[in-house]
Amino acid sequence: MRTHHVPANDTAKDHTIEVIIGNLLRICVILVVIIVGTGALLFLPSNASLMTSYRRFAGEPLALRSVKNILGLANSGDARGIMQAGLLLLILTPILRVVFSVFAFLYEKDYLYVLFTLVVLGILAFSLSGG
Amino acid sequence: MTGLVGMGAIGAGLLGSLTGLGGGVVIVPLLTLVFHVDIRYAIGASLISVIATSSGSAAAYVREGYSNIRIGMFLEIATTLGAIVGAFLSGYISTSVIAIIFGAVLFYSAYLSIRPREEHSPAHVSRKLAVKLRLPSTYPVEGEMLQYGVNNVTGGFSLMGVAGVLSGLLGIGSGAVKVLAMDHFMRLPFKVSTTTSNFMIGVTAAASAGIYLHRGYIDPVLAMPVVLGVLGGSLVGTKILSRSKTRSLRILFSIVIFVLAMEMLYNGISGKL
Repeated sequence: MRTHHVPANDTAKDHTIEVIIGNLLRICVILVVIIVGTGALLFLPSNASLMTSYRRFAGEPLALRSVKNILGLANSGDARGIMQAGLLLLILTPILRVVFSVFAFLYEKDYLYVLFTLVVLGILAFSLSGG
Repeated sequence: MTGLVGMGAIGAGLLGSLTGLGGGVVIVPLLTLVFHVDIRYAIGASLISVIATSSGSAAAYVREGYSNIRIGMFLEIATTLGAIVGAFLSGYISTSVIAIIFGAVLFYSAYLSIRPREEHSPAHVSRKLAVKLRLPSTYPVEGEMLQYGVNNVTGGFSLMGVAGVLSGLLGIGSGAVKVLAMDHFMRLPFKVSTTTSNFMIGVTAAASAGIYLHRGYIDPVLAMPVVLGVLGGSLVGTKILSRSKTRSLRILFSIVIFVLAMEMLYNGISGKL
């Protein structure tokens, strides 16, 4: 069942790509903090005394549930919409990482992993479109 | 309430990064038990914070040069599928049952955080399947690149599916289960397991977050202080990490988790959650 070790993958090449992706993700997270923070600054002054109860689950309004609606609401300057758009960007950051990996594996001509990465991307797209 | 939730989240992020367990596992108990938030909103907010810490710390992990993107990507097929199953299940299982499962996972996490880590030598040879999948790689040890092998790919892959279901059902990173699969089943070097796990946690959480978003579980006003707090807390945590003793912190953290586990179980069984 066991075989001897074969030469390893091109770790150096992998590593360079990973460093780029890692920095890209960090920039995205900083962007998320700015967007969500902006929404919070718009929201809190007029709603600070508001005690929203999360004790009972009602579910979010439809305007805060899909990619298209969230972007539309954020565009109109609504504070909740802006915060939700920031959170949406946050959900997209790991997906961005997967998209980048497709190109990285293509660049390395590792077609088996291009296929694997596309499968993962398909699963993520299925989820983001509402399942 | 926003300010208090934010402060709680800073504490969770701080403890999570200091102990290396991630803060996700305490966010849901914090929101449900202390702030009386419905567990579905709590799971949504927690999942978002898990993505934030994973993406935010990716650059730091990558720089160390341990993570194996092939192993990560291959296993993500299992974790993302599992996460979608978990997110769907959460729509059918009663919130009390979810609280009970959560309590059980918390007990396991409390045990893991105090258990002395057993050192094992990484595999030197690989199974045929692992070689076919090009999983074996190298990692840096004292400036030198050492080769390592990969064992039990099917076992690791299956356990990753379970980690995905738990992540999708409970809104946690399931980092502990992911490390278990790579460390014990596939016999990867410990550093490779933990860093590759961080890489996978964000992708796994994103797989269920999409479904939760569409189901209306993700509330921006609740998630905002959670995300900003956890990010801030973990940032401070990584800054002071090198200067503090983590052993005593681990014990403190595991006591906190143990108490939360009891509370979750009690509330789940008595039907209060």
